[in-house]
Amino acid sequence: MNFLINYEEVTSMILFAIGFTMLVFSKNIMKKILGLNIMDTGVYLFLASMGYIEDKLTPIVPPTGEVNALDYINPIPAGLVLTGIVVSVSFSALMLALTVRLYKKYRTLNLDEIYEKCSKEDEEE
Amino acid sequence: MEFIKNFPFITIVLSLFCSVICYAFKDKKARFVTYFLLIISSCMSFSVIMYNLFSETGYFAYRMGHYDAPIGNEISAGLLEPFFALLFEIVIFLSITGGYKRLQKDVEESKQRFFYIMINLTHAALMSLCYTNDIYTAYVFIEICTIASCALLMSSKRTRSLVAATRYTIFSLIGSSLVLIGIVLLYSVTGHLLFPNIFETIQALWATGEYTNPLTIALGLIISGLAIKSGMFPFHWWMPDTYGTATPCASGILSGVVSKGYIFLLLKMIYRVIGPQIFLESGINNILLVFGVCGMIVGSVSAIRTSNITFMTAYSSAAQIGYIYMGIGLGTKEALLAALFQIVAHSLTKPMLFLAAGGLSDTVGGKQDFDSLRSSAHYNKPSGIAFAAGALSMVGIPIFAGFVPKMLFSISAFGHGFKTYIVLLALAISTILNVIYFLRTLVNIYSPAIVDIPREKIHFSKIKVFTVVVIVMAIVNLTVGLHSQPIISLFEKGIEIFINIR
Repeated sequence: MNFLINYEEVTSMILFAIGFTMLVFSKNIMKKILGLNIMDTGVYLFLASMGYIEDKLTPIVPPTGEVNALDYINPIPAGLVLTGIVVSVSFSALMLALTVRLYKKYRTLNLDEIYEKCSKEDEEE
Repeated sequence: MEFIKNFPFITIVLSLFCSVICYAFKDKKARFVTYFLLIISSCMSFSVIMYNLFSETGYFAYRMGHYDAPIGNEISAGLLEPFFALLFEIVIFLSITGGYKRLQKDVEESKQRFFYIMINLTHAALMSLCYTNDIYTAYVFIEICTIASCALLMSSKRTRSLVAATRYTIFSLIGSSLVLIGIVLLYSVTGHLLFPNIFETIQALWATGEYTNPLTIALGLIISGLAIKSGMFPFHWWMPDTYGTATPCASGILSGVVSKGYIFLLLKMIYRVIGPQIFLESGINNILLVFGVCGMIVGSVSAIRTSNITFMTAYSSAAQIGYIYMGIGLGTKEALLAALFQIVAHSLTKPMLFLAAGGLSDTVGGKQDFDSLRSSAHYNKPSGIAFAAGALSMVGIPIFAGFVPKMLFSISAFGHGFKTYIVLLALAISTILNVIYFLRTLVNIYSPAIVDIPREKIHFSKIKVFTVVVIVMAIVNLTVGLHSQPIISLFEKGIEIFINIR
């Protein structure tokens, strides 16, 4: 029954596992980048779900200025998720830039083939 | 004097600022901006060491922004933090100065300023890893450091370095994802992000026996993530390609500084977040010890098997990082002292070896295999001498810096039961293996040539700066080896502060 109560955490762990497997075992660079994003999304879901408290308000101070901290959800995880998203976007951009350069040179996205072609080039040199 | 407390923060912000303004300059000016930054920050780091050395507690925490802990962010400095910041700055400075001529050949002219931008970003990230007191800030700067180091690798003209950068990025991503999930787990259990608050909560939780498993898993994830990124066995396979294909300046910075930055953060996680007692009780130290010992042997064996000088130097890094993890795995203050000294010795020696290997391969048209490199030391004398000094230091010949950590490891190994035998045996075997591959290379580069290939005599006038740099590196290495006691005393004091004051 715990799985049903903690469904957000379970989902996030499943996403993390899928992403991690893709990042480690897939030969295709694009799939690796997708795996990275799925994995990070899993972590962000995990993080965001910890800050969420049912029946509480979004943490925005009303114009009247009256604040009772107990009425709001925890805003810190949301801040962390935002930072994390920026990081994962930068990494995706970097990986995509690398992929473009590799594809232009080797005309394939398969990492094994790229390693093979690269080793051949080295031997010829 | 209170103003000195601002220096760690200024160092980080100044590096970020310089990385931005480097974009507006051409390569030469960007290089001078980087030099300027490194000199200024080194002076600041030195001032922080002196301030803490003569202050009452030897430690200060600096509030970032308008809110006190636990709401606001914090950076802190004892004695170890500014010391390693200074060490990293010196090594980066020497690597750039010694490697910039080669850099002009290896990196396209239009991309050279980007190289300096990335160096400044790496510097900013390393300073943050040294000084930060916030676990999420640490994660963000780990990522910045990784992105900047990947960009340093990608900058080289060689396509092989692109492939190496891809491999490095993938390994780094796996590492940082594990760190992130570990950090999130820690936050979910403790509800804090600052080191002192997490430490207090963890101690209280561990005493009650609650959340033991999640805490152990979080610790395991963080340690394995940082271990992958710093190249611990069995995750060291990205090293030869990464260090071997980059320009020598980048290889020196990556192996000498970046991997050590991650290890220093790992030490902070163990001693300032989790606490040494829980680290030992969790049993993770034994795993680190085993992997460290395996890394020492496997790294050295791989170095013997390869016939490429930069690959050999890179595999030797894997072995030397094994020593550090062995020290962390032993878990005592004496072993920590040895591990810290090993970081210093390796950081000072490895960039020198990479620069020298680059200089030697220049004499034979960029070839890196041992057969081609025979007699190359006669064609580029400063590189030959620097390689000899570096090799002797890595082997652990007394009077060089590499000897001191080996001695400290041996002393710290006693009193651990069967672990004593494992550590002493590993030290003995690893030293013999080090002798085999380093001295073989040394004999090789001074022996008469057997392959008939065009060779270029590198005249002293062409490499004046390089010569000065490698000589300075060799002298620093010798000085640290001969006068190790002041550094050891500083570390002893620093470790007490590092572990006990929050």
